[in-house]
Amino acid sequence: MAAEVETVAISSATQTRRPAGQAGDTVFRALTVFFAVLVLVILGGVIFSLVYGAWPALQKFGFGFVINGAWNPVTENFGALAPIYGTLVTSFIAMLIGIPVAFGVALFITELCPKWLRRPLGTMIELLAAIPSIIYGIWGLFVLAPFIQQYVQPALIGTLGKLPVVGVLFAGPPLGIGVLTAGFILSIMVLPFIASVMRDVFETVPPMLKESAYGLGCTTSEVVWRVVLPYTRVGVVGGILLGLGRALGETMAVTFVIGNSHHLNLSILQPGTTISAALANEFTEAVGDLYQSSLIALGFILFIITFAVLAAAKLMLLRLQKATG
Amino acid sequence: MMESVLLLRRPLLPAAAAAILCAAMPAFAAEISGAGATFPYPIYAKRAEAYKAKTGTSLNYQSIGSGGGIKQIGAKTVDFGASDMPLTPDKLQADDLQQFPMVMGGVVPVVNLAGIKPGELKLDGKLLAGMYLGTITNWNDKAIAELNPGLKLPDKAIATVHRSDGSGTNFIFTHYLSSIDPDFKSKIGENTSVEFPGGIGGKGNEGVAALAGRTDGAIGYVEYAYALQNKMTYAQLKNREGNFVSPNSSTFQAAAANADWSKAPGFYLVLTDQPGKDSWPITGATFILMHKKQDKPDTAREALSFFDWAYHNGGQMAEQLDYVPMPAAVVAAAEDSWKTIVGADGKPVWTGKGS
Repeated sequence: MAAEVETVAISSATQTRRPAGQAGDTVFRALTVFFAVLVLVILGGVIFSLVYGAWPALQKFGFGFVINGAWNPVTENFGALAPIYGTLVTSFIAMLIGIPVAFGVALFITELCPKWLRRPLGTMIELLAAIPSIIYGIWGLFVLAPFIQQYVQPALIGTLGKLPVVGVLFAGPPLGIGVLTAGFILSIMVLPFIASVMRDVFETVPPMLKESAYGLGCTTSEVVWRVVLPYTRVGVVGGILLGLGRALGETMAVTFVIGNSHHLNLSILQPGTTISAALANEFTEAVGDLYQSSLIALGFILFIITFAVLAAAKLMLLRLQKATG
Repeated sequence: MMESVLLLRRPLLPAAAAAILCAAMPAFAAEISGAGATFPYPIYAKRAEAYKAKTGTSLNYQSIGSGGGIKQIGAKTVDFGASDMPLTPDKLQADDLQQFPMVMGGVVPVVNLAGIKPGELKLDGKLLAGMYLGTITNWNDKAIAELNPGLKLPDKAIATVHRSDGSGTNFIFTHYLSSIDPDFKSKIGENTSVEFPGGIGGKGNEGVAALAGRTDGAIGYVEYAYALQNKMTYAQLKNREGNFVSPNSSTFQAAAANADWSKAPGFYLVLTDQPGKDSWPITGATFILMHKKQDKPDTAREALSFFDWAYHNGGQMAEQLDYVPMPAAVVAAAEDSWKTIVGADGKPVWTGKGS
């Protein structure tokens, strides 16, 4: 209501073509304060409603909710360990594959690519970000999963799966669907975010710095490791965390290919679940207050995880900035 | 434009005014609203369309899932709820609800094995339970070979596919396995969503159909219509009398006809493992829930008239969509139960045809 009045005030002010005086400034200031506060209020409201909805589950299970590996709607015994594990592991796999590839892509575009190829290649990478996640999911299910089932998983089971300690991670029959496939899809999805941020920050390196290094007889790889990367550290970390944030919360594509099994399984070839996939799957048919409340508690945990990741990122950036002066 | 304005304003009108409006022109203004199970949505939608063309009464059905339907009818935001899982007589009593079955379907095990054609593989409840419990893990298991002497089964891991979302299909399937195998009952149990010890989860019938169709060596369970429409490799099942039967509308009908509805208060009956030599063992009905005390008797009458029409005229439509209409005896019993649905004056809102 207040906002309406203010907009009217602004438009009448412009209509009469009065010079923007003090009144206009005050109104504008109030308006921006209002919007800024609004964001905080919405954030607070989201946290409050999550805690409120999750309260029955948190009260019943306490901290044990986080370390309980069961998810049994029949006996109403719920625990978040399997979805938390799945969320972290899929994101880790996504980062493991995504970061080196994105780094390579960004480096190629800024340092090594012939000029005429730069723009089309950059645009194409960015287009990857424009593909809706459900398309990734369908593609993952119909194209990637059968491929992984036929070629990648048998190879992994036959080689890494036979090793003593790490073998646990690659055990079980090749199903195609599973944590590894979800991580793989996620790595493709985060690639454009990380790559385009990296490319942008690599371009900010002053040519004089690079040319001086070349002038001193540095090779291209020396320039990259000793000049470009130290200069752009902050931006690179920012890009990686942007990708990580997306990977943690991605729902649709993951739901398609992760197998949606609450059974806690160490093997990355076996089906698992993530927090967002569990929510997408089960919310509509969650009968019973405790069931629904447990799902909301899962949502709250996801909120905390992404919040922690962002906070850690900010801290890291601050430290880096201090260190570099 | 006018119409949409009217529709928008209607909920704002006092209930009394709305009631008068309905009473004054029942054929024009009546709108029945329902919410619940996704499984019967196609048939409800098709019947609603035909019914609207005939009477002008429109039905607004939101397929939000059985759990949602039970919640919505509890909150009285809809005229009727729909659920694939029948509520127990105690729960019906507590919430003062009347329940009756509307249409039936069957759950069908489907497999993905190279070289095996639809209907060739024979399974029984014990085997299915073993697969989903994780005790039978390979297709070359002796127990499977015993039932299928002529088939060459590969040395391949069994990938069980289950519903990851809560659903009536889950309920019917786990109810069947629980009634066959005590081990399954104690370890997994029966519910709209359960915790399977392994396997892949897919969202919705379409999710299970896609995963089972894509994964080599998979076994899954879907509604009959999905198996049929996706031309999936279904398996024969051994029923209570020891016969192997294929899933089709006549074996579903047999299960319903052989079931003893008269001994089921509130029609609380799941049609799994029913007697009869032709009965398909995993059959289930989907149910309608209505409040026994109606604040809006006119709308309730419209809803019951629609159900009455659907029982008597919607059979062919059900069969076209691969559902199974209720047998006549069950329809008569269901309509008889409507006597308990009363208005504020304590009189039944529906008094037979033409009311």
